[in-house]
Amino acid sequence: MTTSTPMGFGRMHRKEDARFIRGRGQYVDDVQLPGMLHGAILRSPHAHARILSVDTSAAEALPGVKAVITGETLAGLGLAWMPTLSKDVQAVLATDKVRFQGQEVAFVVAEDRYIARDALELIEVDYEPLPSVIDARTALAEAAPVIRDDLDGKKDNHIFDWEAGDRAHTEAIFERAEVRVSQDMLYPRVHPAPLETCGALADFDKVTGKLTVWCPTQAPHAHRTLYAMVAGLPEHKIRVISPDIGGGFGGKVGIYPGYVCAIVGSIVTGKPVKWMEDRSENLMSTAFARDYHMTGEIAATQDGRVQAIRVKVLADHGAFNGTAQPTKFPAGFFHVFSGSYDIETAHCEVTGVYSNKAPGGVAYACSFRITEAVYLVERLMDVLAYELGMDPAELRMKNLLRADQFPYTSPTGWEYDSGDYPRTLALAMEMAGYDKLRAEQAERRANGDRRLMGIGLSFFTEAVGAGPRKHMDILGLGMADGAELRVHPTGKAVLRVSCQSQGQGHETTFAQIVAEELGISPDDVDVVHGDTDQTPFGLGTYGSRSTPVSGAAAAMVTRKVRDRAKLVASAMLEVAPDDLEWTKGRWSVKGDPKHGATIQEIALASHGAVELPEGVEGHLDATCVYNPPNLTYPFGAYICVVDVDPDTGQVDVRRFIAVDDCGVRINPMIVEGQIHGGLADGIGMALMQLMAFDEDGNHLGASFMDYLLPTAVECPSWELGETVTPSPHHPIGAKGVGESATVGSPAAVVNAVLDALKPYGIRHADMPLTPSNVWRAIQGRPIRTDLAIT
Amino acid sequence: MPRITVTVDGVGYEEEVEPRLLLVHLLRDTLGKTGTPIGCDTTNCGACTVLMDGKSVKSCSVLAVQADGSEITTVEGLSANGVWHPMQRAFHEEHALQCGFCTPGMIIAAIDLVRTDPDPDDATIREGLEGNLCRCTGYCNIVRAVRRGAQEMGVNTP
Repeated sequence: MTTSTPMGFGRMHRKEDARFIRGRGQYVDDVQLPGMLHGAILRSPHAHARILSVDTSAAEALPGVKAVITGETLAGLGLAWMPTLSKDVQAVLATDKVRFQGQEVAFVVAEDRYIARDALELIEVDYEPLPSVIDARTALAEAAPVIRDDLDGKKDNHIFDWEAGDRAHTEAIFERAEVRVSQDMLYPRVHPAPLETCGALADFDKVTGKLTVWCPTQAPHAHRTLYAMVAGLPEHKIRVISPDIGGGFGGKVGIYPGYVCAIVGSIVTGKPVKWMEDRSENLMSTAFARDYHMTGEIAATQDGRVQAIRVKVLADHGAFNGTAQPTKFPAGFFHVFSGSYDIETAHCEVTGVYSNKAPGGVAYACSFRITEAVYLVERLMDVLAYELGMDPAELRMKNLLRADQFPYTSPTGWEYDSGDYPRTLALAMEMAGYDKLRAEQAERRANGDRRLMGIGLSFFTEAVGAGPRKHMDILGLGMADGAELRVHPTGKAVLRVSCQSQGQGHETTFAQIVAEELGISPDDVDVVHGDTDQTPFGLGTYGSRSTPVSGAAAAMVTRKVRDRAKLVASAMLEVAPDDLEWTKGRWSVKGDPKHGATIQEIALASHGAVELPEGVEGHLDATCVYNPPNLTYPFGAYICVVDVDPDTGQVDVRRFIAVDDCGVRINPMIVEGQIHGGLADGIGMALMQLMAFDEDGNHLGASFMDYLLPTAVECPSWELGETVTPSPHHPIGAKGVGESATVGSPAAVVNAVLDALKPYGIRHADMPLTPSNVWRAIQGRPIRTDLAIT
Repeated sequence: MPRITVTVDGVGYEEEVEPRLLLVHLLRDTLGKTGTPIGCDTTNCGACTVLMDGKSVKSCSVLAVQADGSEITTVEGLSANGVWHPMQRAFHEEHALQCGFCTPGMIIAAIDLVRTDPDPDDATIREGLEGNLCRCTGYCNIVRAVRRGAQEMGVNTP
């Protein structure tokens, strides 16, 4: 390779690539064990139905079938239900009722995957269909069927009410505001759809009593602890191995019934059992994202000074509340919805309801509901600009927080760490040639050009790096993360971390952090993750928390090693530790730089015959647990330019300009790749992705035939820019970034399309803005796309 | 059960297979060629793309018996003596992969694209890779990699 490797931060090609480009990655379905059996799940065809009987006799009689497990089998083991990440329970295999189409009913274990599928066809289930709740807006109606009659005394479909902000102050501002605008909007149900589906390979060793589970989980340690709690196995006898993961995007945080079934299958048969779901199963039953029905209101002065925002949310959580978020935040971090603006006060109310759909909610790079929050405020800003007849860029510039206001406490209590918003927006506008674009648009409109042009903006503030353990835990597990660094005698290092890459490049960037702090080459640092027997406890990778939490842990543990090395160096050099100074890779005597020892020499001495100072045991290693003092708040300014054909409703994304600020960039190449991927998500959500349901609860987006993902054809060549505003509380000044583009971009695309449709007097239309939906909006015939009701 | 002979990455195999066995499962489960993954069940994603007698096919949509007598190349057969194929090198250099799951199929599809158009422009590359979904990269770096790979293939191969 021609490029040189940086010693620390900077563009460095990825270590992971060598195996992936040769087909030598190891994803869960690549793992084969001696005697391994295959599992398959029988799923419910109904959205809501009572189970009268399950007859497995014909399936059991099929040659090659080793076991058929039903809800009844699991009930005997106390495993028919499992706890969710929201302290609800979820059926592993249904015993009483099915509550969404695609729900797990029975599990077959067979000699190969083909026989297992054959056997599913032979299971007879007698269902008594029940009326279902599909439209969340009807879930709390008096007459609505009660979905969760399994919960003691439950007589309705209500899950929770939650609020944040100052209600009285907000109402007072709204009462006297010069301008008030209200807008209903739906952030439709979508799915993260990682290219690799979920699956698990469970191997219970009856002799040692040890359970090993290979599973593409984003949070292997949390899975181990939960398995221990659920299955009653001791935690030291459970090993979770998260191998290479073919993308996660939040869809691989929680525990799915298939994982538990594979474990039970292995315990029952005494053989390793592999379960891999199909794409349709993945879309139907694993964690969905969004599904927020929001009514947002914004209060402002006549000249466009925003004063207050209030919002009511109806959150559709599906049949079991399995939403993944810190315990104290049932609506995640939605209450950052005041966004990037200097707003006096704000208030939100969120009500969660059950429906006859799959569980989920928090997934798909949402940073715990910040996708919804940013979409809300960025749509509201455009709606306000529309009402005031103001340019949306001017309106934003007028209201953005200024650099001297940081650290800034938001009206709902967030303490933004740092930012320089006007500079970032100005850069995006300059890159886009904003004024020229507006001139082109005006000219085209004046000329009566049939093809409509739209320019959309989004300015977002993220909140990532959950989080301070005082405030944030998942099922009681604090959100601090561990790191262990071991330097071998020859100066090569191994870093063990609790975060879990699913493509984000941790094996490269975490080596760069150690390299930067220790002054050795990143090629001399191996990063180990994903094996709970080998790595320190921590909560894994989601919410863009790897860099803020584990990245900080990696820097801090390396500094501990450096401090230890200083003591060893003082013994080697026969000077007091205080007489030593650090230059990258070396401790040397102050004022006598020639007299020193490199980290490699110190590593050897640490394992060698040098008389070590008091309190230094030898070897060169350290551990640490990093409890972040705050989240990090990256931000960005996005501009999207679209062309819309009013006769077909077809939207073409002509350009997309994205300026991101995530503080210090450990590896700019990887940051850019993260942003590219997130921008494609934004185009997908804004223009094509939807999980719709018909009134019987049939899932209408349950394969890639209908659930559309952007291809290379729909994506433009992204235009990226950056500003750098470091996080003052983070050891290396770095903020998270992975989810920024997914969070920030949908509003830019939707704002662009609606900007194009402005001549038709259309203020808002819901995602996805497919050709038929855009065409209908132009015709004045909008539809509830989520319910497939025309 | 039918008996087939098939050459995969230069190695000849003779196997008894059920007629319904998919080529992708023959490769993965029977022959241990796990470098070719499965991403969907409706032939949309292209993760399982391999070359069959030099042309790209989605191996989830070919029966193993249909591959009887054919020569299959998977991503595992592209590098010789430890030297990466120019397209593999280009994917690495341009950061055209993240999780790596679409990468085997994407690289194979790109090689087939260059076979039909040795010097493709960006629009041709985007159209040519429409059958391959990627969830991580947003495609931009893939397009750059394919252009670079095509140029290097033109220089380096007869």
